[in-house]
Amino acid sequence: MAEEILKPEELLQISHRPPVTDWMETPINIRKGMYCYASNPKSVEYVGLPNARPWNPVEDDWKLPENWQEIIHQGFKERLEKFRSFKVFMDICVRCGACADKCHYFIGTGDPKNMPVLRAELLRSVYRNDFTTVGRILGKVAGARPLTLEVLKEWWYYFFQCSECRRCSVFCPYGIDTAEITIMGRELLNLLGLNIDWIATPVANCYRTGNHLGIQPHAFKDMLDFFVDDIEEITGVRVEPQFNKKGADILFITPSGDVFADPGTYTCMGYMMLFHFLQERYGLDITWSTYASEGGNFGFFTSHETMKRLNSKMYAEAKRLGVKWILGGECGHMWRVINQYMDTMNGPADFLRTPVSPITGTRFENAKSTKMVHITEFTADLIKHGKLDLDPRRNDHLKVTYHDSCNPSRGMGLFEEPRYVIQNVCNHFYEMPANTIREQTFCCGSGAGLNAGEDMELRLTGGLPRANAVNYVRAKHGVNMLACICAIDRAALPALMEYWVPEVDVTGVHELVANALNLPGQNERSTDLRGEELPGSAGAAEGEADEE
Amino acid sequence: MGTGLERLLEKHKTAILKNWFESAIQAYAPDMALFISGKKDPFANPVGSTTLKGLEVLLDQLIADMDRQIITSYLDPIIRIRAVQDFTPSQATAFILLLKKILRHRFADELRDHQLAGELVLLEAKIDQLCLMAFDIYMACREKIYEIKAAETRNRTFRAFERAGLITDTLDEKPGLK
Repeated sequence: MAEEILKPEELLQISHRPPVTDWMETPINIRKGMYCYASNPKSVEYVGLPNARPWNPVEDDWKLPENWQEIIHQGFKERLEKFRSFKVFMDICVRCGACADKCHYFIGTGDPKNMPVLRAELLRSVYRNDFTTVGRILGKVAGARPLTLEVLKEWWYYFFQCSECRRCSVFCPYGIDTAEITIMGRELLNLLGLNIDWIATPVANCYRTGNHLGIQPHAFKDMLDFFVDDIEEITGVRVEPQFNKKGADILFITPSGDVFADPGTYTCMGYMMLFHFLQERYGLDITWSTYASEGGNFGFFTSHETMKRLNSKMYAEAKRLGVKWILGGECGHMWRVINQYMDTMNGPADFLRTPVSPITGTRFENAKSTKMVHITEFTADLIKHGKLDLDPRRNDHLKVTYHDSCNPSRGMGLFEEPRYVIQNVCNHFYEMPANTIREQTFCCGSGAGLNAGEDMELRLTGGLPRANAVNYVRAKHGVNMLACICAIDRAALPALMEYWVPEVDVTGVHELVANALNLPGQNERSTDLRGEELPGSAGAAEGEADEE
Repeated sequence: MGTGLERLLEKHKTAILKNWFESAIQAYAPDMALFISGKKDPFANPVGSTTLKGLEVLLDQLIADMDRQIITSYLDPIIRIRAVQDFTPSQATAFILLLKKILRHRFADELRDHQLAGELVLLEAKIDQLCLMAFDIYMACREKIYEIKAAETRNRTFRAFERAGLITDTLDEKPGLK
């Protein structure tokens, strides 16, 4: 929206058509609502990243070091030598355009620089200028341009308008992973201290305290204790989570969003109820950690070194506690880090054992190197073996659809397990259209550290294709609940739904599991985990009578 | 509305709709406009399909009697998209007024007929009304965005503190001042 109200004579000059210029000549306009605030210098300093200072993206002076061009050139060169994939991705794109219209930010914002090919060209143009003979000689004709301050600002603006979801890479005939280009772009920007605070401060908090919000161990435990009370109120059963237990069989790690932000908190209660059931029925020995209290890894959005440091904390804690393997909660990029990068960063985790479900005996061969199992794999296996006592009717008030969270779906191929779980705990499940789910899933629009409040327009435009598909199943089937397996989704999708499809709420899969799960010794349940009356329960019947 | 203009509009509806849709999407950069008009799949191209579907119904409504509820349900999705994109309020809503230009251009010859010209003035008043409705929707969308921003900030901080037991309700206690 316009920042200032136009004067009458300016109103007369309004053009409703955008200027037609080549992309290199189209200047950037850093628009409010599309960018996140600059990183807090204290956070940058805490993790030892360069050029910590206060700065503001909309001011002309970004307070860069004098030799910033040299720093970028050197950083670019090092990464081209170190990461073969990066070099290949810089060279092989033929600009066929297959990726161009696949990006949710392009579809939603309508900004051509959000076409993945063009976003990558921002970096490639400088690559050609600095590292190829043709680019050096022919310059702009060969798509090359020198790195100016304008170009740098363009990098910053657009590399923080990519959620690294990798939908575009599914369509690239050469297999270029455009997300990795963004990752490299952000790494280079971090060499100049050009990060956003929504990433930098969670990174510093996670590094020091163990989770993004900087919640200390006692407060983390307090939160779970509150959930114990809530669960008792709803079910009559008092669950007893274990903390930091040395020698436990399994360590459980989930994103801290599940512990501190609605509606993730209900998913967290779901995990606790499931573990209690398995403990009572089968003697499951699982522990939470108040130190490795974060599954998410915002280091992934900063640099590979930072990602490695944060990831190592989970494994260090598993080693300290002496567990056999790690069970991971419903998180997005945690799984991409585990599945694609962990092994070469901190692996192999030889001190752990290949995960085996102590209840079904299933050996999770897929996790034999990382030693970390996704909770929907674990639960789907339990259901498949008939180990859970489920009453799906308690979810009968919900018409559920499933959003494939980008990282577990495209990053690790987890398509069937969450659906299998949902279909066993809910009676009403409806799929969104085929080109919006599974490997073609549309991002929530807030991934890769972009789920701040100040960039709401970016989030709402980026989430439009997802919301549009949700709206379709709402109109067709009356869907009222959007399930997902990512904490950023659970934090970001409620705002998206409120704007585009206000009739639809958001849930984690294990909230649905817990609604259906019969706990030994439970009371007749009258509400779901959110305290809402269940249809057919005594309370609901009274409510209906009142209405009449 | 008199039957003369109505008949004329019905006859040329497809062409008028095409012109109107093209004018509406010219607000986007050329690459985007090409994508919006070219891609037919409503899930791959929500902006294009929402706009086209909406304009079709709105044109029908302008020709016949205007039903506020139907208009809102098709105008809202178009404006809702434009309210979050990189448009000024006038750019977001201008496409409605552009219909006047399209009609005057297309029916330049026919409008020499006074009766038809009079009917067009009435139709243009309806278009103005549509534009005012669009402005209301635009403002409601912008207010919603700010509301969502504010609520998210409040929920993230206040409710986390509250759940962690860090907020104390002091209403029951008197400050003890004299």
